[in-house]
Amino acid sequence: MASVDQTMSDGHHGPARGITRWLYTTNHKDIGTLYLFFSLLMFFIGGCMALTIRAELFQPGLQMVMPEFFNQMTTMHGLIMVFGAVMPAFVGLANWMIPIMVGAPDMALPRMNNWSFWILPFAFTMMLSTLLMEGGGPNFGWTFYAPLSTTYAPPSVTFFIFAVHMMGISSIMGAINVIATILNMRAPGMKLMQMPLFVWTWLITAFLLIAVMPVLAGVVTMMLMDIHFGTSFFDAAGGGDPVLFQHVFWFFGHPEVYIMILPAFGVVSEIIPTFARKRLFGYASMVYATASIAFLSFIVWAHHMFTVGMPLAGELFFMFTTMLIAVPTGVKVFNWIATMFRGSMTFETPMLFALAFVVLFTIGGFSGLMLSIAPADFQYHDTYFVVAHFHYVLVPGSVFSIMAAAYYWLPKWTGHMYNESMGKLHFWLSFIGVNITFFPMHFLGLAGMPRRIPDYALQFADFNMVATVGAFIFGISQLLFVYNVVCCIRSGKQATDEVWEGSRGLEWQLSSPPPYHSYSTPPTAEQLSKASH
Amino acid sequence: MSSYRRALLYAGLFFAPLFCVQQANADWQLNLIEGATEISRSVYSLHMVIFYICVAIAVVVFGVMFWSIFWHRKSRGAKAAHFHESTFIEVLWTVIPVIILVSMAVPASSTLIDMYDKNNSELDIQITGYQWKWRYQYLNHDIDFFSNLSTPREQINNAETKGENYLLEVDQPLVIPAGKKVRFLLTSNDVIHSWWVPALAVKKDTVPGFINEAWTLVDEPGIYRGQCAELCGRDHGFMPIVVDVRSQADFDLWLAEQASLKVAAQQSAEKVWTQEELFARGEEVYQTSCLACHQANGQGIPGVFPGLVGTELMQGDPAGHIDAVINGRSGTAMQAFGEQLNAVDLAAVITYERTAWGNQGGMVTVQQIQQLLGGE
Amino acid sequence: MQQSPSNHRPLLLRLTLLTVLMFGFGFLLVPLYDVFCQITGLNGKVLNTGPVTEVGVDTERRIRVQFIAVNNEAMPWQFAPVERELTVYPGEMKHTAYKVTNPSVRFMVGQAVPSVAPSEAAEYLHKVNCFCFENQPLQAGETKDMPLLFTVDAALPEHISTITLSYTLFDITPQAQPAATRLPKDSRRML
Repeated sequence: MASVDQTMSDGHHGPARGITRWLYTTNHKDIGTLYLFFSLLMFFIGGCMALTIRAELFQPGLQMVMPEFFNQMTTMHGLIMVFGAVMPAFVGLANWMIPIMVGAPDMALPRMNNWSFWILPFAFTMMLSTLLMEGGGPNFGWTFYAPLSTTYAPPSVTFFIFAVHMMGISSIMGAINVIATILNMRAPGMKLMQMPLFVWTWLITAFLLIAVMPVLAGVVTMMLMDIHFGTSFFDAAGGGDPVLFQHVFWFFGHPEVYIMILPAFGVVSEIIPTFARKRLFGYASMVYATASIAFLSFIVWAHHMFTVGMPLAGELFFMFTTMLIAVPTGVKVFNWIATMFRGSMTFETPMLFALAFVVLFTIGGFSGLMLSIAPADFQYHDTYFVVAHFHYVLVPGSVFSIMAAAYYWLPKWTGHMYNESMGKLHFWLSFIGVNITFFPMHFLGLAGMPRRIPDYALQFADFNMVATVGAFIFGISQLLFVYNVVCCIRSGKQATDEVWEGSRGLEWQLSSPPPYHSYSTPPTAEQLSKASH
Repeated sequence: MSSYRRALLYAGLFFAPLFCVQQANADWQLNLIEGATEISRSVYSLHMVIFYICVAIAVVVFGVMFWSIFWHRKSRGAKAAHFHESTFIEVLWTVIPVIILVSMAVPASSTLIDMYDKNNSELDIQITGYQWKWRYQYLNHDIDFFSNLSTPREQINNAETKGENYLLEVDQPLVIPAGKKVRFLLTSNDVIHSWWVPALAVKKDTVPGFINEAWTLVDEPGIYRGQCAELCGRDHGFMPIVVDVRSQADFDLWLAEQASLKVAAQQSAEKVWTQEELFARGEEVYQTSCLACHQANGQGIPGVFPGLVGTELMQGDPAGHIDAVINGRSGTAMQAFGEQLNAVDLAAVITYERTAWGNQGGMVTVQQIQQLLGGE
Repeated sequence: MQQSPSNHRPLLLRLTLLTVLMFGFGFLLVPLYDVFCQITGLNGKVLNTGPVTEVGVDTERRIRVQFIAVNNEAMPWQFAPVERELTVYPGEMKHTAYKVTNPSVRFMVGQAVPSVAPSEAAEYLHKVNCFCFENQPLQAGETKDMPLLFTVDAALPEHISTITLSYTLFDITPQAQPAATRLPKDSRRML
């Protein structure tokens, strides 16, 4: 190992110059940065689509867009936010932080790392280009249920399928890299149960990715074959079954949901102890809870299809397993609160986002629990109540945790402090915007508004107007974040190595910004013990 | 001002309007409706029970959290404690949720089992989802009709004031008797739809090639409205459901009325229609059945739905045009209207298409259509 | 614990293998789903077909069997059960038929797809002979009665008293024709 490091550090002392630095880079920090900027770009593209949707829904009647374009917007918004914004952002954080947190010089497989990032821009260019094709882009919802996405799909569906394949390959390569780094590159003396929780949640997430991204690849391959090669996986005429599509899709889809939230749990579990100046409560139970959530995610998929006409036994089974998820999730929330309890808390921007995460994610968890009750789900299914639920877990959940992580580690990444008041302003505008946008959606869903409709009955008008106002507040306030990040990269107060008073992990024992090859000599036993207490 | 006070102020500003509007406007409906059936009421009470349990948990959990945020802050001089695990308390907060969950699962399962008891229905109705309308067939009676959105396009395009039941009104509602168990057999003609009426607490997907079951027993006569709940393409938002529940006596009257309407339709098919009469009737049919795709000006949507103006099909031999309308075009969105429209309406709409927008196709008679329909 | 790249190889191989296996598993879900449907009767898929040995007729119980016909998409055929419903004893062999007419001006091929409600009843409804076993070619204007021979298993759970058997008729003319005469997909779409 020592000899390898020797050649690496002898080979190049720092980044190359110009565009080739980014194109050919195999450095985990450069690739992490690329991932993060890519996901920020996608966040804004997906966000513009969301604002198009909200603008159309500002008032009843058709004003801005026609229904066919509206459907393309809902579909693309979902696909881009899931595969383009949230997932790459977490991969970016993993790239930046995991090697440092386990005391390694870089990711285990740097060349593959470069490749797994550079696939993404091509995949998303292809996907976005479908909007300009004849017949329009994908218009069947991000869940692309057959036969709407096969027999009745626009011709561009083929490009959509290839784009999904490319994203899948990228995610799988990223996941393999993360696992190899965590299992093989840990600093001598660092046991699995001593790893930071962010590393733990990512290890479990990476296994989920490897388990389900191939299933997604399988299901889109079946679609491709149905469309072009005359098979009938999902066509009843040839002995297939459209419901099979939903089973296979949700076998991927439910673990996918946890792929987007487990790393968020990890981020929050790093931030809360730092700003509470107290060790994370129940480290071991956090790890076990994460693992049980991951396990349960494989046996709950059909709760997305309670209305599809399952036999009673099936409904009961999936209802019970789904309710069970509340237990490990509850344990995590309780642990975070126990961490804050009798701590010594301060409220810098990352902490504010993390606290908002705990509250709002839990609200999303409550509506999730309500949705798990099958008979009640018959009333909630495919309404705005569901839209409110998953936006509560994904926006103030995943997205807030990404924001929290960005503010938390920005001083480490750039060596400069960000502008704290602007960060706080960004937080409060986002917090208010998110709640004004998504809280009324609970009411809309309960009052009976179906999701994915471009126009609605008059009794839904008031709350839709409120939601649209909130969406624009949230959307526009994200520009503050971009401004803050850009300023922080260019200038700002010099950050110390620890950055935060309560910070402990290995990343805070490197300089800010850290050296190009993070831990080119493994951290000492003393450093490790400092990191874990 | 401390940031805590500021937070409180923001929270107050955010929630205040919610509480004000609740009283100000009846349209700001916040909760599920209780509905009109025993099942929907038990779903409602289930919903409320779970909601209150969630609120109670939230009060405790967030209570502890905000208490810590307030008292255990560094600015108040709080010193961090050193505990970081406790097996007892961790087991405790694993076991208590399990108990709460079991107490939720019991009533939920019993409601679910009730919903699955589909025996002893007194009326069976087959519901078929179409892009983008519903078809109702009464299996014990000779009744079969389509239910289309009846909100005028002008209202959707904001050219007219929107009516009270904007987007929730249909030309022909589903009529069922009150106090009788009605069984629905649901299937689809094309993609997956979902038949949902909140007041009945019935939501069931319609899957092409497969049949699903649901049932309801409505106590009181009344009009109950719902919508398609599963994304089914372009006009997913424009295929409402209206259920007109009538007393048994009124329902029997309605059955008789349907029978006499059938006779009247037969008679109108026998009368001789002029081109003007057909054109006027055809315009109405076009608006409910064709306009969504082919557009008001007959231009269609390039690349998606073909235009009808000046084409060979519209102006050449009528046989091809009639075949396309009656039998549809397989593999496209063009449906077989032979089963949806009667001979007069078919002749009317084909005549309309052949003579509107400057088309020179000429009229098609009711008799021509009847011959092709095989004298049903 | 830090290792040189060559030492990643065993782990890498295992993870790649896992990826490939999971891709295969996605496809394995298709037959697994059929097995699952057969066990649970999910979706009312009727898989038990072919001859059955006749066991005694249970005259104590009467089951209402309802017949439904559905045309898929633009299928123009007139398609209806000859009898809307039958009352049968469990174990009794029953004959019925669906009447079908091709009113169009061209030769067409149809395929009927069965489905049973309630789905739990699917495994107790045996079809000894059914027109849905093979596709149905019909000349322009041709009419025919398509036979169905079935029996309801005496083991049918007590709480089921009505079984609905639905057939959805699909137009499979393009698939049934030789590939050369088939229109390319996009030109069909634009017609």
